[in-house]
Parts: sequence; C-alpha cells; structure tokens
Amino acid sequence: MTKLADLASLIRSKNAGPFSLTIDIMFDNPETYKRVKDSGKISAKTVAGIYGLSENNVQFFFVDNALAVKASIPRPATQGDLGDADSHGGQQYAPLMEIDI
Amino acid sequence: MLKKVPNGEIRVLSATGVLGSGFLESSFENGLKRDPHFIASDAGSTDPGPAPLGSGKPSFPARAIKRDLRLMVLGAQRAGIPLIIGSCGTAGGEPHLQSVYTILQEIAVEEGLSFPAALIHAEQDKAYLKAKLRDGKIRALHPAPEFDENTIERSERIVGMMGAEPILAAIEGGAQVVLAGRSSDTAIFAGLPTSFGFPEGLSWHAAKILECGAAAATFRKNPDCIMASISHDSFVIEPLDPELRCTPQSIAAHSLYENTDPYLIIESSGTIDLRDAQYEAVDDRSVRVRGSAFRHADTYTVKLEGAELVGYQSLVLGSVRDPFIIRQIDDWLRRLDEKVRGRIKELYGNTVSDNAITLNVHVYGKNGTMGDLEPIKDATPHEICLLFLVTAPTQDIASAIASVTRHQALHLPIPEWSGLITGIACPFSPAYLDRGPVYRFNVNHVVEVDDPLEMFNIEHVQVN
Repeated sequence: MTKLADLASLIRSKNAGPFSLTIDIMFDNPETYKRVKDSGKISAKTVAGIYGLSENNVQFFFVDNALAVKASIPRPATQGDLGDADSHGGQQYAPLMEIDI
Repeated sequence: MLKKVPNGEIRVLSATGVLGSGFLESSFENGLKRDPHFIASDAGSTDPGPAPLGSGKPSFPARAIKRDLRLMVLGAQRAGIPLIIGSCGTAGGEPHLQSVYTILQEIAVEEGLSFPAALIHAEQDKAYLKAKLRDGKIRALHPAPEFDENTIERSERIVGMMGAEPILAAIEGGAQVVLAGRSSDTAIFAGLPTSFGFPEGLSWHAAKILECGAAAATFRKNPDCIMASISHDSFVIEPLDPELRCTPQSIAAHSLYENTDPYLIIESSGTIDLRDAQYEAVDDRSVRVRGSAFRHADTYTVKLEGAELVGYQSLVLGSVRDPFIIRQIDDWLRRLDEKVRGRIKELYGNTVSDNAITLNVHVYGKNGTMGDLEPIKDATPHEICLLFLVTAPTQDIASAIASVTRHQALHLPIPEWSGLITGIACPFSPAYLDRGPVYRFNVNHVVEVDDPLEMFNIEHVQVN
C-alpha cells in the first residue's frame, strides 16, 4: 500500500467559480496513473465519503491524456461568504493525500 | 480591423495571465518578433472573491497594472496590431473599467501616443435585469442562490460576462485598444481567429490555454507570456521564455484548471468540446493540438455576476493553550455565543435585531480550514487559534461587538478552574481589527439575449 500523496506529482484544489470546488490529482508517468486508476481505490464514492457528501453531488473524471483524476463538488459555503474559511478553495484537497492505493 | 490579414495561420500573443501580475519584457519581445496578429490579456477573475465586484476596487495595485499595460500598449502600437484587455479592473464593472481607462490615458500622455480605443461597458442596468427576469429570460445555473427582484435591488453591482461578439465589434469599429468590462477570459482571444474563418474548436481551445498566460508550462517560475499559432487543422502553443517548456501533458492538464468538467467548457455562444483533442510534442518546448471541437448553443446566454453588501466586519484573533479549554471548545464556543448575544441585548435592546449580527468563529487546529468538510472529527491539538468574526449592519456596531467578544472570551469560566481565568492569548492591542464593508456573491445565473451585443454598450474614444 502507498499513500496517494506519494504517487501523485500534484494534488490540488481550487474554486471553479464562486459556487464550486474542483480537485485535480496529477501524475508524471502513465504507469503510476494507470496503477491508481486500476486500483479502484479512488472514485466518486471515495470522494463523497471523505467529504461527507452524497455521491450524486460529485462529478468525477479520469482524464487519460492529462494523466489526471478530477473531482468537482459544490462549495459548502459560497466563496467569500460568512463562514467560508478558504476563499480560493486551495486547501481542501489535503484529506485525499491519505488514500491508500 | 486587423492591419495584417492572417494568411494560413493567425498568431496570438497572450501577454500574461492577469494584467497587473507581471511578465518578462524579454518574453514579450520574443512574442513581438514572431509577428503576432494581435495581443490580448485578461485582467479579471472571481478568484479574489466578492470584494472587488462589491467595492468597485481592482485587486491589483494601479502601479502594477500600469507597468504591464504600458509595455502592452507600446508593443501593440509599435507592431501596428490591436490590443484587447478583458475584464478590466478585476471585476469588469463601471468603476473598474474607468480605473483602467484612466491608466491608459496617463500612459498615452506620458508616451506621446494617440490612438482610437473602445470601452465596452458590462455593468448591467437594474431595470433591464428586472424586465428580463419578468420575461422568464434569466435562469439559474447549478448551484445557485435564490434570485429575485429584491436580489437585483440589493446588489452593489451586477455585471454581464460578454462573449466574443462585442470585442469583435469594437475592433471592426476601428479600436486599436479595446478595454472590455467583464468578459469571458477565452472570448477575448477566440473572437478574431474565428472571424477570419479559423476553426472554432481550435480557436476556442487555444484561447482557453492562452487566457492563463504561461500557466500551462510545466514549471511556471513567474507569470509570463505565451503564444498560439492557429492554422486550419491544428494550433501550436509555445511559451516565450526560452527556459519554459510546454509538454502534451501540461497542455492537456491545463483544461483541468478551475473547470468543473475537464472536457466540456461552456461559453456564451456554445461549448468547447475537448473529448477528441490530441496533443503531440513539436519539440521539447511546444505542443501541437488537433481535434478540438466547438458546439453551438441553441440559445445565446450571458452569465451574470453580482455582489451585495453583507455588512461591516471586525475580527479578534486569539489562541488557546489550556488543554481543558481545548477539549471542550465546541461547548465553550456555544456558551461564548450566548454571552455575546446577552450583551448585544443589553447594549442595543430592540434597536438591533438579534439576527442582524453574526458571530463566526474559525477554530484553527481543529477544523479551521475545512469546516464541515473536515473528515478528522476528533483532533486533539495542543494549541488552537480562534478567529472571531463579527458582522453587523454598521462598522460601529461590529467594532463594539468584537470588543465585547474579546472580553467575554477572555474570562469565560470553565468548570475545571475556580476563580477568574484568562482563557485566550491575544496578539494585538486593541485586540480587534476593523475590516470595513464585506460582500457576498449573490448570482449564478444566465440571461437569454436576442443579440450578443444587447447588454454591452461600446464607447469609441480617441486616447491622446
């Protein structure tokens, strides 16, 4: 077992507009990407579980030509609104680093 | 119109990802040597949050905007090609557009330049929007806040995000420099290539990469220029600093950035469809792209962005080291909230309604960064940082309640200790800071229009 953080070249989160959050998991070689994709350890269901969301609130993609996995979720608070602590959505990916592949 | 009519390919120079963020002069000169047909730069974003749209202030300093704009205007005038600036002043409303126009006029005077320019106004008239709403021509995107005539009335300002058509019309009207209000980042790059008959899919896909400047390079050491050469069967994208490299993967991966869907990107006039796009290395720095498509929308729509005043804010920052307080922090915060509410009642009686004042507390060390999204529910840190945010109808009230919050938090009793405790560590005196007005985004909707130009007034001016 290896942590996703040790396999990916970049895991990041960012706003996709003020109402959505998107997470990119990127790899620097096709073998590692394929290993992660084929492991079945990351899916819309995994992401929903980690963030406490229902699965139909998660858009999930394997982007083969970019060697990337992508997930998008609604923002829990609109960007910059009262209660929002991450205006750029930039630090919401961290729990994904721990996924065992 | 373009002085140089593209023959076989059209070359587009993107000066930087955001006007005011900077770029290397040497990269820009490299771009000019490649004989571009036009220069463009996006200047805006919702990324800095709702404050620029609400307050009317750009998120980059005027000095930084002027530095970048001066080089772009001088370069475009020297090459005799158009310069397009999209989403002026971050949010692209009227004060934002005017602030960039003022800078452009200063540059013209200082450099002894004279040229025709166009301002494209994107801030929307409230009566127009209400009429559109009544006609059922405004519909929600997902997810969207509630939106009605009161929302329109409450908004500090609402801007429409223009497509390629108003920008093209400004250039066809003779403008050498176009200052556009809020615009689609891609539209400022895609309009001219498509108007000369270059394939829409390739033109819009190239625009999507160009709009972030050198962000699609493998390792972007600083904001910088990038260039696309669009022909009839493909486009080539190349960074202009010889030390920067683009690879098929870095270009493919750029479609992920800040989009919810990596394959389908929605614009006013249609959808960029990247599902069949292919990426191949031309050399070790540039990439050729083929197969990108563009699907026309059945109905042309203009996206709206709006911001309204939430109130005025003051904050107190403090930390806790006592493990007794830390282990009961949720209950401690609940009791603090009650105490503060009690004081508000004593100070303001019925003159301020209870729900007009909000106290939000971010607990750093526990779930301060992720809030409800935080999966670790049982953290036991040895210290935590508390950010108390008071939002109220006036700054006076916000300051007063922040000051009250400091005092209540400082001495809030816990059962484990008897006697007067001092339960938070404050780094400032006075302990509170005033933030001024705060805003929220209040629109995620589109307007169905009969004509792509109807929401965007084009004003032609002579700058000298």
